[in-house]
Amino acid sequence: MRGCVRPSKVIALIAALVLTGAAALAETAPKRVVSVNLCTDQLALMLAAPGQIVSLSHLSQDPDSSSMAEAAQAYPTNGSGAEEVYLLKPDLVLAGSFTAASTIQMLRDLGIRVEQFAPARSLEDVPDRIAQMGAALGREPQARALIRRFRADLARLSISPAHRPRAALYYVNSYTVGDRTLAGDILRAAGFDNVATEVGFARGGTLALEQLILLAPDVIIRGRDYPGQSRAEEVLAHPALHALHQTRVAGTLTDRDWICGTPMVLSAVEKLRDLRLSLEAGE
Amino acid sequence: MRLAIGMVLLVAALFVASLLSGQAPVGAGQSLQALVAGDGTPLSVVMREIRLPRALLAAMIGAVLGLSGAAMQGYLRNPLAEPGLIGISGAAALGAVLAIQTGLSLMFPLALPLAALGMAVLAVLLILMLAGPRGASITLILAGIAISALAGALISLALNLSPNPFAAADIVFWMMGSLADRSFTHVWLALPFMAVGAALLASLGRGLDALTLGEDAAQAMGVNLTGLRLRLVLGTAACVGAATAVAGAIGFVGLVVPHLLRPAVGARPSALLWASALGGAAMVLAADIAVRELLPARDLKLGVLMALVGAPLFLHLIYKTRKEMA
Repeated sequence: MRGCVRPSKVIALIAALVLTGAAALAETAPKRVVSVNLCTDQLALMLAAPGQIVSLSHLSQDPDSSSMAEAAQAYPTNGSGAEEVYLLKPDLVLAGSFTAASTIQMLRDLGIRVEQFAPARSLEDVPDRIAQMGAALGREPQARALIRRFRADLARLSISPAHRPRAALYYVNSYTVGDRTLAGDILRAAGFDNVATEVGFARGGTLALEQLILLAPDVIIRGRDYPGQSRAEEVLAHPALHALHQTRVAGTLTDRDWICGTPMVLSAVEKLRDLRLSLEAGE
Repeated sequence: MRLAIGMVLLVAALFVASLLSGQAPVGAGQSLQALVAGDGTPLSVVMREIRLPRALLAAMIGAVLGLSGAAMQGYLRNPLAEPGLIGISGAAALGAVLAIQTGLSLMFPLALPLAALGMAVLAVLLILMLAGPRGASITLILAGIAISALAGALISLALNLSPNPFAAADIVFWMMGSLADRSFTHVWLALPFMAVGAALLASLGRGLDALTLGEDAAQAMGVNLTGLRLRLVLGTAACVGAATAVAGAIGFVGLVVPHLLRPAVGARPSALLWASALGGAAMVLAADIAVRELLPARDLKLGVLMALVGAPLFLHLIYKTRKEMA
């Protein structure tokens, strides 16, 4: 976890929850749970009782995408297709709200309970998703404990500073996001103002490179690097990004901790807060 | 002479217009001042690092594509011979995609234009072999269709196999071409190849003029046809390869521009060479301004605009050639 304390604390907490809660698994709780979505994979890993999870999605083991890739190594993975999932004989399938509709309909027609989770659009959504997962798995007490811990940590991390630097989140294909997204909310919680809102983006949109330069943010936070090459990514390496003297170009901060509405987003907030503190220190 | 001065002025005017065209609403005087001053303000960074290389690339790419079209048409004595239509651009794009996807261009930046040039040489040789010295329209077009289709399919294959989630979307860029967010890195990558290619093609003027009288007459006048052919192959491949490597396949420039200018230069291939270079620069500059002004937020591809202008003309030319053949 590269010198970052928070995720390991979260994992320790989860481990404790899993161990103490094992005996309390109710009769009505699902016994064969299959997750087909990266975010439900991670929430399930945090809350499920031992033996409750049968299979996770392939992405759960990808260290570039999953904050819990190591924990996921212990489980078999599935390709998220209806046929494959059905043959695992699940009594509960965990899916995202954007999982292929045909897959979900097929599984429901076959008589399998499917619980869908909407992607988090803000930090405030995270407790809701944890509670939903707790209810789905029959692990409400563990979910409540995790939510309490999350709220306390978030409150400790997000103390609004006197000076809020102006930051831009800049992704492949000149994409940027505003405040009403999970990434935008992470940025806000870490004490930054988002320049995307200055030009009217609440959600996401294309911000031309020259518009970004003219906004002259204090820091440009680039999206993660993907394996292989593509022309769409070249905008992140454009020399103009480095030509502004007052602007710091931060590396690929928006990694796996930013993708899903799980307590791991706190590690994203913490890394960004460290970036803000280093800006203040004039580095 | 009047034509030359007029066209130079047109290219200069479009170059300035291109510098002033963009998403950021800034006054013309202020922009140009920032360009000259280079004082590190955001506006001067935009002018120097984003808009200047873009305008330079538009002019350079247009010039070499116009020149290549005029040279190919002069050599094959066929107005349908255009690098994009006969598959040279497509093959060059395939070379560029292979250089990028194998990671070769990361280790060695010049691999990008070199790979595009290599595939372009293959395509030109194949075309010349298939179409024969007289460049019969039907074989030329059929060979072009085959090479373009194969190159397009292999580009799609290479990009679909890429581990990068955005690579597949790049297919549109390689097929249609765009100058969005290019930088001086690309200018310096392409410039040496374009300069050598353009010099080779410009040296063809006398030979192409002689060739209008037929091969025998040209040889009798002391034109070395083998040397002419070699310079044509290398010159076209260098020009189209470099242009495609940095901006994708931009079609129809070499078709439309020589067609429009041929009457103005009295159909002399040597005069058509420089006129098409200037005309091509003007056309791509104008098209690149149009893609930014028509749909500023959408990164409209240059090739779309070119095809809208070029395809009807192409159909018209096919129709005319058919009547001549009948």
